[in-house]
Amino acid sequence: MATRGFTGRRPAPELADRIPPGQSLTEAFPVLSAGPTPRVSLSDWSFTLKVGPRPVKHWNWAEFHALPQTKMTRDIHCVTKWSKLNTAWTGVLIDDLLADAGLAPPTPFALAHSYDGYSTNVPVADLVGGKAMIATHYEGKPLTSEHGGPARLLVPHLYFWKSAKWINGLQFTERDEAGFWELRGYHIYGDPWREQRFSAD
Amino acid sequence: MTDAIGQALHVPWQEATIERIEPQTARVKSFFLRPQSWRSFQAGQHLDVRLTAPDGYQVQRSYSVASAPGLDGLYELIVERLEDGEVSPFFHDVAEIGDAVEIRGPFGGHFVWGPEDGGPLLLVGGGSGVAPLMSILHHRAAVGVGVAVVLLQAARTWDDVIYREELIARDAADAGFALLLSLSRDTARRPQDVGRRIDKPLLEATLARLAAAPRLTFVCGSNPFVEAVSGHLVDLGLSPKTIRTERFGG
Repeated sequence: MATRGFTGRRPAPELADRIPPGQSLTEAFPVLSAGPTPRVSLSDWSFTLKVGPRPVKHWNWAEFHALPQTKMTRDIHCVTKWSKLNTAWTGVLIDDLLADAGLAPPTPFALAHSYDGYSTNVPVADLVGGKAMIATHYEGKPLTSEHGGPARLLVPHLYFWKSAKWINGLQFTERDEAGFWELRGYHIYGDPWREQRFSAD
Repeated sequence: MTDAIGQALHVPWQEATIERIEPQTARVKSFFLRPQSWRSFQAGQHLDVRLTAPDGYQVQRSYSVASAPGLDGLYELIVERLEDGEVSPFFHDVAEIGDAVEIRGPFGGHFVWGPEDGGPLLLVGGGSGVAPLMSILHHRAAVGVGVAVVLLQAARTWDDVIYREELIARDAADAGFALLLSLSRDTARRPQDVGRRIDKPLLEATLARLAAAPRLTFVCGSNPFVEAVSGHLVDLGLSPKTIRTERFGG
């Protein structure tokens, strides 16, 4: 159905195939968060890897920064309809976390947990193989708190609510357990190219 | 609250007809949309809108529903005209009564209020961020629970205050409701209002209008607005778990 009188503003043709359906390009970096931005000091920061309820390894800020640092430049897509191209991140690949813990992925699913009580679920296959990292820097600078600093998950090929801000742990789970937004009507997987915004999409 | 039905069923796009257009301020208009198939919702949820150009190019936006679930069969959206916008100039300059747009939803399961959530409530809105707060206010009035509510609304000037006359009338008529206005580029017209941006002392004075700490606080506006307000509220001792935010500017 064409909307009477609507012409619209198209992205440059060379960029069009990088923008998933229903998304619009932004140059800004919008912030979407369900609550206040938590205040996390680097001296208190820690990251814990868990298998089910059992902690298997944790890192403080200095230990975390001694892990191999990787750069990743990716397009990102927020379910609130904006996409941003060529975002540049630095952090620790999930592969390198697992290697440091001496762990092979023990279950097929994971839940990311955050300082503010947020959680989100991601299949392990989407976290390993260089696909995801715990990012601590954006465009060469420490990640600001409103964008998830000190550290956030980065899973750029899924809608950005999966890239949990203020992350403090990754928990391996046997089942795909719904996280915060997934319990509130959002899609369990969230592939922007299949426009998996809401649960039954 | 989890919307179990929403989780189970695919929500399709559908046509909705613009039934009424009401100017709110110089830059803001209300659009009342009548969908082909009415879907009830929770106060605070948002509706997705999709426009299609003749060549098939489409664009989507999300708008908070400003009306309450009790306005059966209609969704009210408020649209602020953004000079560099792609969608808001269409609504302001092109759309007429009788035109159809596509909609989907409403959606959203966190920035919502129902009578089971209780009160007291603190609502803080910046500009058109008042939309979901109006839905909550109307729903509270409709369900008749005696929940105390304070609305702190920020606008540039007195004439930029969306729903001004309705809110002032409600302030006078409803003992359980108080309105405070923060005008960043204007002088206060009423003793409880201020001619400055929202700051910590103003939030403290606003909280003092409630007999007890708010059970829930809803803050909606631009990201800098929401960051500042929610940061002050945490400093003033509110539990972050009780503060729900909705940010726009994306």
